Amino acid sequence: MTRTRRLLVDPIRCDAHGLCAELLPEMVQLDDWGYPIVSDQAVPAHLLGHARRAVAACPTLALLFAEAEVAQPARSRR
Amino acid sequence: MLVAATDPKALWYLTRSFGLVSLILLTVTVGLGVAQLVRYARPGLPRFLIAGLHRNASLLAVATLAVHIVTAVADPFAPIALIDAVIPFIGRYRPLWLGLGALSFDLLIALVVTSLLRQRMGLRAWRMLHWAAYACWPIAVVHGLGTGTDARTGWVQLLYVVCVGLVLAALAWRLSTRWTTAPVGRRLGGAAATAVIVVSVAAWASQGPLRAGWARRAGTPSAQLAPGAPTPGSHR
Ligand code: HEM
Ligand code: SF4
Repeated sequence: MTRTRRLLVDPIRCDAHGLCAELLPEMVQLDDWGYPIVSDQAVPAHLLGHARRAVAACPTLALLFAEAEVAQPARSRR
Repeated sequence: MLVAATDPKALWYLTRSFGLVSLILLTVTVGLGVAQLVRYARPGLPRFLIAGLHRNASLLAVATLAVHIVTAVADPFAPIALIDAVIPFIGRYRPLWLGLGALSFDLLIALVVTSLLRQRMGLRAWRMLHWAAYACWPIAVVHGLGTGTDARTGWVQLLYVVCVGLVLAALAWRLSTRWTTAPVGRRLGGAAATAVIVVSVAAWASQGPLRAGWARRAGTPSAQLAPGAPTPGSHR
């Protein structure tokens, strides 16, 4: 298991609904206009469930997972 | 009137009451959908809660409609087949008004399924389909008035008035919000179209289901109308 996931916001789609910051305050803060500032760290395992909920709840589907491979010999990826 | 489990009319009571409960849930769903769109939030009522309630109210409406449909089909009085609830306008019992119910139910299922698969279907397609909500709800109301036995009961009329009022208020809210990007002309068009629909439905209702003798005119098979016909759940 060497896949880590980060979160990304598509700034064109994002409408500043702010649901993501309500559901995942650990990783998302809102700026003064209500647009999200998302942590660029990998989503820690214990927050993955919350992150998934935030991604699913975004009304404009602007919050996305970005899969990042962590350097390690590429073994069978499913 | 007591609804005992053994009462042959029990199924019919269930059909009617679950129809009304579904109307309330659909009304709430539409209201919450608009609340979500206009970004309503209060301390203690965050947006994710409104989003979740919107979703769950719609899922609950599917469940109550399942009861509404199954009991209507099971009721031996009215000749309604399960397929009449899915394919509109083919039934024998008040085909037009029952068909509108089927149409509305189909739209509801489409709305719910596409919303649950939203992440996979992409935003644009989902958005387009979600407009069907504004067809689903009024069609359900006309179905309720046209098929319902209760359109002439006082408190049921009050319920209809409250539900229609709530959805109209939601529409006004939506059309006036600063979050809408639609040009003023289109918004006025939306308001005008809504007014025309409301006036026509009100005019139809006052001439149709709100008058005596609607059952015959609505297309109830004559077997169910004949005086003294076997009537477990005698529809007026
Ligand atoms: C699983 C079920 C559903 C989900 C997840 C869902 C999700 C959503 C979301 C995320 C929005 C907000 C869009 C935005 O803020 O830009 C919305 C709006 C709305 N929804 Fe739903 N929805 C569901 C079912 C339904 C059903 C069954 C109805 C009505 C019968 C409905 C009626 C509405 C309405 C009227 C709006 C406002 C749309 C507009 O004016 O553009 N929804 N819904
Ligand atoms: S929930 Fe979506 S639209 Fe709202 S602020 Fe977060 S990313 Fe933007």
